Amino acid sequence: MSVEVMNRYDATVRLRARLGDEDAVIGGIGNTNFDLWAAGPRNLNFYMLGSMGLAVPIALGVALAQPERRVIALEGDGSILMQLGCLSTLAKLAPGNLGTVIMDNGCYQITGSQPTGTAFGTDIEAVANACGLEHSATVATETALDAALDRFWQIAAPWVIVVKIDGEPPRGTTERDPLRIRMRFMDALNLA
Amino acid sequence: MEVLEKVEEGVSASSWAEIMRDCFKRNGVKLVTYVPDRVLTPLIQAIEADPYFQAFSTAREEEAVGIVCGAWMAGTKGVVLMQTSGFATLPNVLASLPCTYQIPVLMVISERGTLGEFNRGQALVCKTMRPILASMGMEGHTLASTRELDFIVDRTIKQVFGTLDSAALIISPLLSSGKF
Ligand SMILES: Cc1ncc(C[n+]2csc(CCOP(=O)(O)OP(=O)(O)O)c2C)c(N)n1
Repeated sequence: MSVEVMNRYDATVRLRARLGDEDAVIGGIGNTNFDLWAAGPRNLNFYMLGSMGLAVPIALGVALAQPERRVIALEGDGSILMQLGCLSTLAKLAPGNLGTVIMDNGCYQITGSQPTGTAFGTDIEAVANACGLEHSATVATETALDAALDRFWQIAAPWVIVVKIDGEPPRGTTERDPLRIRMRFMDALNLA
Repeated sequence: MEVLEKVEEGVSASSWAEIMRDCFKRNGVKLVTYVPDRVLTPLIQAIEADPYFQAFSTAREEEAVGIVCGAWMAGTKGVVLMQTSGFATLPNVLASLPCTYQIPVLMVISERGTLGEFNRGQALVCKTMRPILASMGMEGHTLASTRELDFIVDRTIKQVFGTLDSAALIISPLLSSGKF
């Protein structure tokens, strides 16, 4: 039995194509971050270099401070599993400008592909739902990803899309100069 | 606890909280994230009663730090309130986010585990706090009386956001009258 899945780089490129010039992205650690970089660096992307699990909280801070700006949190399954409580906080605050995309490969790929709970049945969409995030979906094809993005992009409520991805390695390596990352991001945030 | 409650006779329970709230306001600190603690209750109440602030609890202190970091990059100053045990969960996040990116995080820590603690678990966690702060080069100011409170809090806030180096304000039982 073959299960249909997407490729992380392809999914990231699709997400990037949808971003407006003013949209901000917070990239969590793991290979999610590498493909976010590989999909084309943007000043409005903040690339985490540690603090595993904090992409959603950092994105929430940006979203609360700039309610007119769309903010996307991009995480891996291992990373979100480390900080599931943040989905409850997100549901409680319910910002209308924050979307979350989880790249779910069922493993901690960057540390040697040890399986995560999602490989044994943990359903992140169901967790998000149970936290109160009713606009949640799991997608495994490009058509389904596009349809979910079409559905959620304009709603004034937080949403979560879990993308089932394959085990392909990432296509690049994020540049690791924290001050440059932070200053580019802040310049871009405050110019708009 | 009765003994400790008498330490600061003449100072009403909420006055330290009002002084701190006013310092936050005066310095444009608007966003308050916290994991609650009994000692912090008057401060949380004073803040939540004032529409100037956006205040809410998070599930973990790590999240609370992440949120204020994101908000600061986007132009809003914040503060994280927690108890000693909450601070002890933070070294990885503090080293890899605020320290690494030079993002200022103002922390208020209610000090449990000292001056009359009855829970050995709390007491041992408390001993880790100052060494952790020191290991990251962070200042930690102990707040022990309302007399110097405005001076220390006001200046610490200014220094944190002026230098971008995070710091902690530690609420000693001497200040909170031991109301655990
Ligand atoms: C607190 C903490 N624990 C462990 C690690 C080591 N670590 C770095 S990335 C990673 C796995 C990330 O997994 P996931 O989010 O699923 O992304 P993937 O590697 O699969 O792209 C781990 C465990 C870390 N950086 N921080």
